[in-house]
Amino acid sequence: MSVPRFWRKIPQRYNLEGTHCETCGRYFYPPRNLCPECRREGTIVNHTFKGVGKVVTYSVIRTASDQFSALTPYVLAIVELEEGPRLTTQLVCSPEEVKIGMPVKAVFRKIGTEGESGVIYYGTKFAPM
Amino acid sequence: MRDVAVIGIGCTKFGEWWDRSFRNLFVEAGVKAIEDANLAGEQIDAMYVGNMSAGRFIEQEHIGALIADYAGLASEHIPSTRVEAACASGGLAFREAVISVASGMSDIVVAAGVEKMTDVDTSLSTDALAGAADREWEGFTGATFPGLYAMIANDYIHRYGLTREQLAQVAVKNHYNGARNPIAQFQKEITLDTVTNSTLVADPLRLFDCSPITDGAAAVVVAPLEVARKFTDTPIKVLATAQASDTIALHDRRDISTLDASVAAGNRAFQTAGLERKDIDFVEVHDCFTIAEICAIEDLGFCKKGEAGKFTEEGATALDGQIPVNTSGGLKSCGHPVGATGIKQVCEAVLQLRGEAGKRQVDGAEIGMTHNVGGTGATVAAHIFGRT
Ligand SMILES: CC(C)(COP(=O)(O)OP(=O)(O)OC[C@H]1O[C@@H](n2cnc3c(N)ncnc32)[C@H](O)[C@@H]1OP(=O)(O)O)[C@@H](O)C(=O)NCCC(=O)NCCS
Ligand SMILES: [Zn+2]
Repeated sequence: MSVPRFWRKIPQRYNLEGTHCETCGRYFYPPRNLCPECRREGTIVNHTFKGVGKVVTYSVIRTASDQFSALTPYVLAIVELEEGPRLTTQLVCSPEEVKIGMPVKAVFRKIGTEGESGVIYYGTKFAPM
Repeated sequence: MRDVAVIGIGCTKFGEWWDRSFRNLFVEAGVKAIEDANLAGEQIDAMYVGNMSAGRFIEQEHIGALIADYAGLASEHIPSTRVEAACASGGLAFREAVISVASGMSDIVVAAGVEKMTDVDTSLSTDALAGAADREWEGFTGATFPGLYAMIANDYIHRYGLTREQLAQVAVKNHYNGARNPIAQFQKEITLDTVTNSTLVADPLRLFDCSPITDGAAAVVVAPLEVARKFTDTPIKVLATAQASDTIALHDRRDISTLDASVAAGNRAFQTAGLERKDIDFVEVHDCFTIAEICAIEDLGFCKKGEAGKFTEEGATALDGQIPVNTSGGLKSCGHPVGATGIKQVCEAVLQLRGEAGKRQVDGAEIGMTHNVGGTGATVAAHIFGRT
């Protein structure tokens, strides 16, 4: 991923900044600038998520692309945040530990390394509470 | 709208073709389809080519023109368009061709699909395929394509109690069919143990739960039904074409283990054709992973949610079952050159309906269906075909 492309998303990736539709009350992470419910009628404001939620489903990745191969095996999950939205994330726990329904909280971690340039990306992962 | 028929089909053998190029594969499939339709090249009015990622796999874009050129049609200057919807690129290319003929814009149209995936290593192909999902919010976090379907599998297992053996039975059945298909990448039967002893790719999915990396091309020719008999004695009528979309990311779906786009496309197709599920004699579904076939059978309405494991275990989806699924061997055993798959499914439906499917022929097949998925379900194409 190019540097500008990553840099643009730093607030969202580092601090779990998403959006909120004041019209219908829905929360969005990843952020959306158009509410699928209210479309142009919706008033969208920024919202920083608390970063607590639970595991909806998961997998343990054993074959990955170069950027992630040093991390294998790693636990990938869909987490449902307390405010409602779901996101895809790595979990900081062993493959044996992860369970559906497990409560988790956001932590700041290294996400992956970019091929030859060796650029390290940081962002949010989730860890058991 | 005019009625449309498939009048010719052609497919390369699917597999790992280190000695053959992208254009060479495409030309073989295209020439076979045109010969099958008894056509001359200059009779073709337009082409649609399904291709997911030549840019990543062979660093070539502008596939529409390239294909028309190497098909020997540059001097005809026909419109040739690339269609991209990840693994559903082929299904959408076919749908565009059908719409073009149905609307009266064109008469004779070629719909093709091609992918050359083995020029790059597994790491790069894994990364390219992850582009079928949400790059910024799934791929960035380390989600691989098998990983996303693995999360569907774990959700499904957790809610409906699917067993390891039931899931493996999908692969066993598809390899049985593929062993009877001369174009299949893996023409060998396997056992439940082959699946359950294979290496883990993304838990709970193992190597034999996954479709492979494949090179291949497929092409079909469509024409107005009213003139189809000038070209062939066995035109196959397109009874319905349908397409649906959904959220690009799996985490945004209403239900992780239901592909709502499959449900929508399936319902639209049945409605257009005026048919019931029981009228379908066989179906080619998008089994990029074993769990995908389980979901597809349910989402298209061939059995109730949560029951596809049992349905498969009891043999209902086998060649001689109630509704034979993936007679070609599916993506699992026939192979999955992503952009070509949707067209190969049409080729298989036509072979079955002509009664030319050899050792895997479904007795008395009159009506068949195809189901092609892009990404984890963000695009679905569904088609129904009938004998004339
Ligand atoms: C599962 C996967 C990672 C395996 O790739 P790999 O580990 O590089 O496998 P290799 O190419 O090294 O093959 C190793 C062996 O397994 C076999 N093999 C590879 N994929 C296979 C599969 N899916 N099923 C059965 N056998 C397979 C190969 O033929 C080879 O056999 P050999 O040693 O006898 O020659 C890869 O096939 C894959 O990514 N599949 C998913 C494709 C996908 O996501 N498609 C889009 C879906 S819509
Ligand atoms: Zn709203």
